[in-house]
Amino acid sequence: MIGFIIRRILAVIPTILGITIIIFMMLAITPGDPAELLLGERATNESLEAMREYLGLQKPLYVQYGMFLKRVAKFDLGETIWTRQKVYIEIMERFPATIELTLAAMILSSFFGILLGMISATKQYSWFDYTSMLGSLFGVSMPVFWLGLMLMLIFSLNLGWFPMSGRLGVDIDLTIITNFYILDSILTRNWTALKDTLMHLALPAIALSTIPLAIVARMTRSSMLEVLRQDYIKTARAKGLSEVKVVLKHALRNGLIPVVTVVGLQFGILLGGAILTETVFAWPGVGKWLYDGVVKRDYMVIQGGTLLVATIFVIINLIVDVLYAVINPRISVK
Amino acid sequence: MMKKVGILICIFTFLGVGIVLAQAPKKERAVASKKTETLAPKKGGTLVFGRGGDSVGLDPAYETDGNSFMICDNVYEALVFYKEESTALEPGLATSWSISPDGLTYTFKLRKGVKFHDGTPFNADAVVFSHGRMMKERKVKFFGKGWDIPKQERPPEYWISMEMDNTIDSIEAVDEYTVVYKLKRVEAPFLANMGMDFADIISPTAFMKDPAGFIRNPVGTGPYKFAKRIEGDRTILEAFKDYWDKAKGPYMDRVIFRVIPENSVRFLELKAGSIHICQFPNPADIPMAKKDPKLQVPTQPGMNIGYLGFNHKKEPWKSNVKLRKAIAHAINRKAIVDNIYQGMGELAKNPIPPTMWGYNKDVPGYQYDVELAKKLLAEAGYPEGKGLPEITLWSMPVPRPYNPEGLKVGVAMLGDLGKIGIKARVVSYDWGTYLKRQREQPEDMDLFQLGWTGDNGDPDNFLAVLFDGLASPAVRMQWHNEAYHNLMLEGKQTIDQAKRAEIYKQALQLLYDECPVIPIAHSSVMWPAVKKVQNFKLHPTGSVMLRSVWLQ
Repeated sequence: MIGFIIRRILAVIPTILGITIIIFMMLAITPGDPAELLLGERATNESLEAMREYLGLQKPLYVQYGMFLKRVAKFDLGETIWTRQKVYIEIMERFPATIELTLAAMILSSFFGILLGMISATKQYSWFDYTSMLGSLFGVSMPVFWLGLMLMLIFSLNLGWFPMSGRLGVDIDLTIITNFYILDSILTRNWTALKDTLMHLALPAIALSTIPLAIVARMTRSSMLEVLRQDYIKTARAKGLSEVKVVLKHALRNGLIPVVTVVGLQFGILLGGAILTETVFAWPGVGKWLYDGVVKRDYMVIQGGTLLVATIFVIINLIVDVLYAVINPRISVK
Repeated sequence: MMKKVGILICIFTFLGVGIVLAQAPKKERAVASKKTETLAPKKGGTLVFGRGGDSVGLDPAYETDGNSFMICDNVYEALVFYKEESTALEPGLATSWSISPDGLTYTFKLRKGVKFHDGTPFNADAVVFSHGRMMKERKVKFFGKGWDIPKQERPPEYWISMEMDNTIDSIEAVDEYTVVYKLKRVEAPFLANMGMDFADIISPTAFMKDPAGFIRNPVGTGPYKFAKRIEGDRTILEAFKDYWDKAKGPYMDRVIFRVIPENSVRFLELKAGSIHICQFPNPADIPMAKKDPKLQVPTQPGMNIGYLGFNHKKEPWKSNVKLRKAIAHAINRKAIVDNIYQGMGELAKNPIPPTMWGYNKDVPGYQYDVELAKKLLAEAGYPEGKGLPEITLWSMPVPRPYNPEGLKVGVAMLGDLGKIGIKARVVSYDWGTYLKRQREQPEDMDLFQLGWTGDNGDPDNFLAVLFDGLASPAVRMQWHNEAYHNLMLEGKQTIDQAKRAEIYKQALQLLYDECPVIPIAHSSVMWPAVKKVQNFKLHPTGSVMLRSVWLQ
C-alpha cells in the first residue's frame, strides 16, 4: 500500500510538469498583453515599453518558462503582475475560502445525494423515485447563477433567514489565523463569528451542491439497483435479515464504489470551478481569483493557480484510489 | 396515473411556493419618507460601500484603476483639490500658489499643522519625496536632511502618461512650507495635474520603513486612515482623529468597502440594507431604485466621451470630408443613447463633456438625417454606397465607463449605415488585442469605437490626447491637421484660462467642420444609496470622496 502511494506521488511530478508546459503554450498563443490591459486607453508607446520591460514580457517564452521552473523548484511562485503581491500569499488568503465552500457543498451533496439515490433504488418506480430523479434532472440543468439569485431573493431579501453574500458580516470581528473562518472562530472561541460564518456559508453551499447532488443521487440509484439484483442480496434476504440491514450493510457498501469516484472527481472540479458561485455570492475564493487572472492576463496568477489546482486534482484522485481499497478490500492496489 | 398526478402536484407546489416567496416582501417596510431637511451632520456610524471589484494596490503613484483610487481618495490628499462636483481647483495641502510670468516656475505655499496618519508632520520635504520618487532623473532638493529615495518599484504609469518627466525639470523645498517646481516647458494643465490621484502626498517615513509593502499599508494625510484589508472581500478605513480640516469631517467612525462582483447582487444587498451605496448597478435597476422610498439616486454627468473614429492613415477616410460627414449624419445617435445607454447617458455634440470649460455650445452637432447623409455620400463620390467596399467597424468587447455595450452600439450603427447603402461589419477582439491593434491603425480597420474618461478636467486632456495625431504616433486617432495641432500647442502654452477657453472653442468648431471623429455620448454615473447617507456627491472624475459624508 505504501509503495503504491509513493509510486503514485512520483507519477504526479511529470503530470504537473506536462500541465505547466500546456499552460505556457496556451498563454503563448492566446492574444492579449497584460501591459496593454494594465494601461488601457491611456497607454502611450513610452509607458507600454516601460511596463513590458518591467514585466519581462520581452524575453522569449522558453526563457520565461525556465524562470518559472526555477522558481517553482525553490517553492516560489513569484509575484502577481497586477497586485504586486506574492502569489503564495494570495493563494493562502483565498484557497481556504474555496475549500470551506467546496467541502460544505460536498458534504451536502454526498449526504443527500446518497440518501436520495438509496431510497429511490429501494423504492424503484415509486412517486418518491420519480420526484427525486426529476428533481435531480432539474438540479443538473439549473444554472448556478439563476439559482443563486433565487436563493438570495427568497431566503435573504424576503425571509431574511440568511445573509445574502460575502463570507463574514461587516460587523463581526474575527482574528484570522488560518483563513479557514470556521476553524479560526473555533480556535479563538468566537461563537458569534462561528454562527455568522455558517450562516454565510449556507446559501452558496446549497447553490454549489445542486449539480453534484444530482449526479451523486443518479449514480447511487443506478449502482444500487445493480447491486440489489445480485445473488448475495437475495441470500441476505433469505437469511431473514431486515430490509434496512440488507440495504445498509450489504448493498450500500458495494453500491458506493462508483459513487466515491464521482464524489472525488466532483470535488476536484468544484475546487477550480466554483467561479460562478463565488462571483454571485461575493465569495473571495480562488476560482474567481483565477478567472480574473485569465481576464487580466496575469501570467503569474494563471501559472500559480493552475499549478495549485492541478496538484490538488491529482492528489484527490490519489485519495480516491486509496479509498477504493478501504471500502472494498478485494480491490488490490498493486 | 395517480402517481403522475401526485408528482405534478408536488412540482407545481414547489414552484408556486418559490414564486410567491420570491415576490412577497418580508414585511411592509414602508418608511415614511421624511422630507430631506438640511440637518447638522451627525457623528459616528459605519458606512458600507458596495463595489464591483477590489483595489489592485494602494500606492497612488503606481495605480491605474478606479477601485484603487477610490481608497486613495480618502487616505491621501494632494496639493490642490477639485471642488465638490466640479474640476475647478481649490487649495488643498497647499494654501496658495503663484506662477512666474514666464509660466515656468510654480511656487506652492503649504498648509501648516497637517499630520500624516503615522503622526509625522506634513511639510515641503514630504512633497519633494512624494513627487521626486516618480521622476526619471531625480532633480530634487530637500530643505531638511531628506531621504535617499529608493528606486522605483515599477514604472509610475500616470506620471509617464501625463508626460510629467517632459514637463518638470526640478522640485525644490526652499523652506519647511514652500515647494518650487521648475518646468522645462510652459504647460497650462500642470496645476490641474497636481490635483490628480498620482500626485497625492505620502508619508515618506512610512514609505521608507517598507518601500515594497507600502502599497498594502498606505499612509497619507486624508480624513480616513487605512485599517485592514481582506483581499477580494473588504477594505476597512477608520476616521483619522487628527485630521486638519475638522469643519469638513470626517464624520463616520468607519468606512467598509465591500467587493460584490455581481451587479444585480450588489443592488439586492442595497435593497436589503446591508450596504449603503451601490456602485455601477445594472441600468435596468435604476428605475426600481428611483421608485424605492428608501433609496436615493445621486447622479453625475460623467467626464467622459464615447466616440466613433476614422482610420486616418487610410483612404478614403483620410481626405474625404464629405464621406465622413455622410456617416455622421446617417447614424441615429439619439436612438443609441436612449436604447443602449438606457437613459444613463447624454447625446454628445462636442467630444468634451458640457460641464467642462471650453465647451462650445454653438456647435450644432450632427443631426440624424438620412436624406442629407445620402446626398453627402453621393457628393463624396459614392452614390448609394456604390464603389465603397464593405467596411469594418471595430467595437469594444467589454463595457467601458463611456460605453456600456460597444458591440450593441456597433450593430446599431451597421443598421443605420445600411440605410444609406454602406455595407459594413462589426469587428471585435479581446480587449488587450483591441487596444493594441487599434493603436497600430491597421489596414483592416476603417471605423473604430473608443472613448475616454477625463483625468483632470482640462480640455487639453481630451482634445490633445485623443485627436492631435501630429503630436505623437501613439495618439489613438492619427488625424494630421496643422491648424488643429497649432491650436493644441497654443492651448498648452497659454496660462490665462479665459484665453484658453476661446482656443478650445475654436478647436471644437474645427473638429465639427472637418469631422475627423463622431462624438456619440457622455455616459452619466448613477449610484443608488440608502436615504440615510447624507451629503454623498459623485465627482466628475469618478473620485469617491467621503470626507463630508455622514449617516443619519
